[in-house]
Amino acid sequence: MDLLTPGSGLIIWQAIIFLLLLVLLRKLAWKPIIQSLKIREESIQEALDSAEKAKEEMAQLQADNKKLLEEARQERETILKEARTVANNIKDEAKQEAAKQTEKMIEDAKNAINTEKQAALSEVKSQVAELSLQVAEKLLRNELKDEKAQQALIADFIKDVKLN
Amino acid sequence: MSTGRFNTSFLPSILAILLTFMSFAGAQAASGEGEEFNASEVILHHVMDDHIWHFFDGHYGTLYLPVIVYTEAHGLDIFSSSNFYDEAHKVVPYKHYVLDHGHIQLADAPEAYVLDVSITKTVLMLFINAAFLLIIFLSVSKAYKAGAKKAPKGLQSFFEPIILFIRDEIAKPNIGAHYEKFLPFLLTLFFFILFGNLLGLLPGAANLTGNIAVTLVLALFTFVITNVSGNKHYWKHIFWTPGVPLPLKFIIVPVEILGIFTKPFSLTVRLFVAITAGHIVMLALISLVFIFHSYYVGIGSTIIVLFINLIELLVAAIQAYVFTMFSALYIGLATEDHH
Repeated sequence: MDLLTPGSGLIIWQAIIFLLLLVLLRKLAWKPIIQSLKIREESIQEALDSAEKAKEEMAQLQADNKKLLEEARQERETILKEARTVANNIKDEAKQEAAKQTEKMIEDAKNAINTEKQAALSEVKSQVAELSLQVAEKLLRNELKDEKAQQALIADFIKDVKLN
Repeated sequence: MSTGRFNTSFLPSILAILLTFMSFAGAQAASGEGEEFNASEVILHHVMDDHIWHFFDGHYGTLYLPVIVYTEAHGLDIFSSSNFYDEAHKVVPYKHYVLDHGHIQLADAPEAYVLDVSITKTVLMLFINAAFLLIIFLSVSKAYKAGAKKAPKGLQSFFEPIILFIRDEIAKPNIGAHYEKFLPFLLTLFFFILFGNLLGLLPGAANLTGNIAVTLVLALFTFVITNVSGNKHYWKHIFWTPGVPLPLKFIIVPVEILGIFTKPFSLTVRLFVAITAGHIVMLALISLVFIFHSYYVGIGSTIIVLFINLIELLVAAIQAYVFTMFSALYIGLATEDHH
């Protein structure tokens, strides 16, 4: 039957055309297409991988940041603590210094006062001595203002002197 | 773009229905001339190859294709097939040649061998199919060359999943590691058959992939590639099947040798039958209208033909897949590494 008999002309044409098609499409279409698909698949895979890596890095970075922040907070805390103690120390020292100073000043003042007092006292003593002398002089002048009194006194003294 | 793609898948079915009406307008005109309507003749005429391409009746309805013949007696001869027809579209002899039921013979020696390499309807269809493949895939490949890392678009994005399907679902699992060597062949095979099947559904189109010569050559390509790339395990398996007792080898080895040839034979017949049968079923259903001369039968068979046409679209893809899949399987069997 004709339907089931392959025609020789058609076999030849089909063989030529299919072979040509195979060669042309292989060189001009399939090779670049397959190559491009491969490149694209690789680049997609790469992009996915790098996205995954970036995500991991991001997480790592965030963890690092958190750690850093924590560290910074702790450092601030310690610094503040230290500063506080230092300030307290300074305050205490200043207080002590001030107290010492005051004590010293009081001491000095006391000493000065004492010295002044001594000076004043000796002044008073010498003044009193002078006054006593002046009183005694005046008294003597009054006692010995007439001749008789003088004679009497001399006599008295001589009486005493005759002893030796 | 998306509506365009939508149309391309539906166009063949719609046009195929138009085709059937158009063809039968011709058939009716023929029967109007007092001839009995001969369904099998009409159907075979549509399914088979011819030296003319008949679209519709009338002066411009027929495309006369060039005849190229070679005979020992007269050498190479090229002329138009219109020389074989007179005004009344009756077959007449031309020079030394006569056209006898589509076969060119020498008038004086009918038994002499005539090599007929005419551009017949199917050969022209083959050219059209090849042109389609080249135009489409060169433009697709250009899109890839433009930017390998860009997202696909247009035609490229339509064909990319199909190409990937052939690579990942047909070539890789059936052939294995060295699938890439055979991928261009499988892709060409798949798209040749797919396009041939779909174009064959168009109105007035020739039955390319339903022609046994075409399917035979396609199967021979698979046959040659399979046996040329067959490794020593493959040949050992055929000629000295391992693990079989000696007496059985005398039975197994001939079967294995036969198997080399039954594989391409099954490929040839499967595609030919699937496509031709689809065409015959559709044409037979349409013929019913002209046999019964009834509107009701016309409405009924039109609806059925519509669905058959949709099934044919499916068959077009399935047969392309099956042919490619089996080709990959045979190549895979011939090239796989045994342990």
